[in-house]
Amino acid sequence: MTDLDDTDRAILRALQQDATLEASALGRRVGLSQPAAWRRVRRLRDEGVIVGRRLVLDREALGFGVTVFLGVKLAARARLEEFERAVTAIREVQTVEHVLGLYDYRLRVVARDIADFERVLRRRITALPGVGTIEANVLLSEERRPGPL
Amino acid sequence: MLDDLDRRLLRLLQEEPARPVPELAQAAGLTPGRAARRLDRLRETGVLKGQETVIDWRRLGYTVHVSLRVTLDKGAPRAFEDFLAAAREVPEVVEIQTFLGQVDVRLSLIARDLAHYRAIYRDRILTLPRISDIEALMTLSVVHDNQALPL
Repeated sequence: MTDLDDTDRAILRALQQDATLEASALGRRVGLSQPAAWRRVRRLRDEGVIVGRRLVLDREALGFGVTVFLGVKLAARARLEEFERAVTAIREVQTVEHVLGLYDYRLRVVARDIADFERVLRRRITALPGVGTIEANVLLSEERRPGPL
Repeated sequence: MLDDLDRRLLRLLQEEPARPVPELAQAAGLTPGRAARRLDRLRETGVLKGQETVIDWRRLGYTVHVSLRVTLDKGAPRAFEDFLAAAREVPEVVEIQTFLGQVDVRLSLIARDLAHYRAIYRDRILTLPRISDIEALMTLSVVHDNQALPL
């Protein structure tokens, strides 16, 4: 586990907002020299605290108007590995989480519109090995929070 | 509005967001100048909103990840607004989503361990306004995480 001081936390907060910040600009924000800021970022990356970057895109402008979260319950005696392998191969499935609670897996599915989503659901998802019941919730809004930094 | 070249640039950038423009340009079959101009335009028109850093909370000691599915008391005026405003004040809430379906809101919550989770749940979550029902699902593992769009 990595321990952070206040400067590390300030760095992570700034990079969460904008991953493209150069070490010099980042240093100015948190009161460090450019090399000192760079060393801190490298340490956070080396220790696996920073795992990567993600583009923030306007999904609708790119033609993906619908995001749906599916709760999938597997049928009795379904094989988890088989289901996981098949579901991760579907392009429209963005995330797959194995959960404990009401159902077994939560999937994040992106589609062009509701008709496209229905096609993905019918042709791909319900055809997966071991699928029992499926619950769907259409995403209306989403915000990421900075978290406990 | 967007053509195939824009999509190709975004697809390549999605795969490797830290890639420098000259490399990106070469992979897309463009000159660096043209690639930079296209990226600028995608930013100006709001298609490319930016890049965020992804943090692994587990490395910082947050080993418990719980998804809270909340149904709100929609009879109350401003139920959504009141609930969301209060939920934003809980530092351990890392994601807030609203839905059309059986669930109204989902909160992604992280905690150091189960005792920590129980304390947050009791003191910060159950005290949120306008909740009519709440269900918790614990994430056992993330099997697949690629929020890239199939461009």
